[in-house]
Amino acid sequence: MTAPALANAALDETAVALPSQEPARVARDSRPLRLITCGSVDDGKSTLIGRLLWDTKAVKEDQAASLQRDSKGKQNDLGLPDFALLLDGLQAEREQGITIDVAYRYFSTDKRSFIVADTPGHEQYTRNMATGASTADLAVLLVDARVGLLEQTRRHATIATLMGIKQFVLAVNKIDLTDYDRSRFEQISHEFKELALSLGVRQVTAIPVSALKGENVVYDGRASMPWYEGPTLIEVLELATTRSAQTVGFRLPVQRVSRPGESFRGYQGTVAGGSVKPGDSVVILPSGMVANVTKIVTFDLVRNAAVAGDAITLVLDRQVDVSRGDMIAAIDSQPMTGLAFDAQLVALQAEGIQPGKRYWLKSGSRRQRVQVQPISQLDLKSGKWNHADELPMNAIGKVHLAFDEQAIFDAYEQNRTTGAFILIDPDTNNTVAGGMITAKRAAIGGIHTEDSRVILSLPADLADQLMATEIFANRREDAEVRRVTAAKAIEIVDAIDE
Amino acid sequence: MPHIHPETELHNPQSTKPPLDPHLKALENEAIHIFREVAAEFERPVMLYSIGKDSSVLLHLARKAFYPGRVPFPLLHVDTGWKFREMIAFRDEMVEKYDLDLVAHTNPRGAAENVTPFSHGSALYTDIMKTEALRQALDAGQYDAAFGGARRDEEASRAKERIYSFRTPDHRWDPRNQRPELWNVYNGMIRKGESVRAFPLSNWTEVDIWRYIQAEEIPIVPLYFAKKRPIVERDGMMILAEDPRLELLPGEAKREEVIRFRTLGCFPLTGAIRSNATTLDDIISELETATVSERQGRAIDRDQAGSMEKKKREGYF
Repeated sequence: MTAPALANAALDETAVALPSQEPARVARDSRPLRLITCGSVDDGKSTLIGRLLWDTKAVKEDQAASLQRDSKGKQNDLGLPDFALLLDGLQAEREQGITIDVAYRYFSTDKRSFIVADTPGHEQYTRNMATGASTADLAVLLVDARVGLLEQTRRHATIATLMGIKQFVLAVNKIDLTDYDRSRFEQISHEFKELALSLGVRQVTAIPVSALKGENVVYDGRASMPWYEGPTLIEVLELATTRSAQTVGFRLPVQRVSRPGESFRGYQGTVAGGSVKPGDSVVILPSGMVANVTKIVTFDLVRNAAVAGDAITLVLDRQVDVSRGDMIAAIDSQPMTGLAFDAQLVALQAEGIQPGKRYWLKSGSRRQRVQVQPISQLDLKSGKWNHADELPMNAIGKVHLAFDEQAIFDAYEQNRTTGAFILIDPDTNNTVAGGMITAKRAAIGGIHTEDSRVILSLPADLADQLMATEIFANRREDAEVRRVTAAKAIEIVDAIDE
Repeated sequence: MPHIHPETELHNPQSTKPPLDPHLKALENEAIHIFREVAAEFERPVMLYSIGKDSSVLLHLARKAFYPGRVPFPLLHVDTGWKFREMIAFRDEMVEKYDLDLVAHTNPRGAAENVTPFSHGSALYTDIMKTEALRQALDAGQYDAAFGGARRDEEASRAKERIYSFRTPDHRWDPRNQRPELWNVYNGMIRKGESVRAFPLSNWTEVDIWRYIQAEEIPIVPLYFAKKRPIVERDGMMILAEDPRLELLPGEAKREEVIRFRTLGCFPLTGAIRSNATTLDDIISELETATVSERQGRAIDRDQAGSMEKKKREGYF
């Protein structure tokens, strides 16, 4: 019997036992999962994404045909088109054979749809990864089974963690080239779990994969790896959770005020946290005025509740002064307001981030002037924060933000919308940084000047160790440090006692 | 705080529609957010309206975004003069029904120099009657932001386009020098003369468009549904043969076929597909088993490798 005939015979048998299958009609019961893939060309990233698109039928025949036309017969040894061509959409990249920017890919299964941010693995990876990771719920980190974890694996995991991703998949690719070596896979996944733990990540799944052969990507690889009993990549993605800001306090950054006539005044925006219902008491920030919600208006429904993610129009019970950039928030769970905040940011442009320069900061619908003071920069190799006065492109740094007018934020840890911001260079109008709020600072020159201070005299090596800690780095600006000889130190301390 | 289920909604008594599934709801919310943000940040926005299914969805989302107010910007239709007749009739009906401001622009060179898809070839015709015409209309209106219905899944060069896509004063797109776009925080700062193209449907796929049209009962041009229509076969495409300006070439013959269109553009450049899909259900199941992409019927994409990117750099939508 030929192979198709065998398959048909098998189908016939099961057809008796099973009810006829419904066509894949999808009423999707979950939001699209957004993920980012990290790894280099050498790890087989393009092949993995190509494989996902191919095996979920996201690539159509004419696209495959134009691929084959463009690649002039270039194929891999399984007769599949060159997936990299499918992914590298821009002519410049095709000519140079490099991926230079973030691209978005779409595919779906019966259970869910997926948006992949595909970012280059090498050049300018921090900038592009940060962009892709900013909206991602999950990160897929790719390693070559023959090579194992690399320094870049740690970098990718660190950046993804900083951007707030809490779910990781480690795809141990090219497992076929290790002869499906189980102990090799287990060793790599063990090493990665330790790395993830050191970054505070607990949700980690490691999967042995051959993207080229399509094993454990969409279809299982049991035939080659009977020892692996875990899920395929697609199964993990189908079950992953999408991020939600529903458990925190209600936040509505006001995008615009709708006044179609004298009788109606509504505040339009997307709920950035928590939920709201008619009757709730809210506060308008930064003014601090208080009102009650009377109605939640949408196009075809009068809603009795709205939750994080909903684009709504809110009507309040009294005339209050609300304009674009204001935030309407739960009265019993308010965001932080103030003139000074601590943040982490990623420098995205060649000019870097200059100390003292006045940038535009945009967060939600609010745009205001800010002065940025770099404090320290993360060394991605060691994971240490080193003192820094300015941040070059691709640097991840801790900074102090000083505003002219009240700013309104949550910590990024609590809310990935109201805790996030971008910096815009007023000279070029370009987006020069993406940032995440860590905490509010007491006003500059505020309580610290009134508090008492402590002068420590320490051996230089001990001082260096203390200054390398996160606690110190966060408040570097509050400390004065002078390096002197031991004799001079004794002299100064003695002078205080006198 | 008491737990509130996201789907506890009181239906408008006039509406019989069930609530959207979470997937479409998320896409809708994102699009509405973008509409409001652009409308608030720019002085003179405009919405590119091509009358196709994506434009129909875009228009519906715009109406939702600004409800109970009316759509606070005009619709711009670049009319090549070679659109399907049913498209123009549909456009006028929508404008009337929804109280919209329509700006229709045709490149005067078209009439003056008699530029047609037959006389000038698809590439040059598209360049003059679409790309150049669009630039003329955007300049004339001094629009600083233009909404478009492009989706990233349509074509490889679109996959990297931002939601706010920056354009130079001469409407050029520089794919190597795009602004980074993080979270849903959009940078709308531009200098005088520069502009932004905004794409609220960036993250939608073709199936999403159809499922949303069905769920929201959005009116679309009837050409999307299968029907017996007169066609002529040319360059491997089935072209609708109802316009008297279409001259048959030697060896060509008009015949009737049950066909429909997956995309709508200029009728001489848009190929029909054989299909029996007469309802939205039919179209969606056809799509879910489809083996070719929607742009396959578009002559202008096949001119050369990277053809869409080239057109986009020059200002094509």
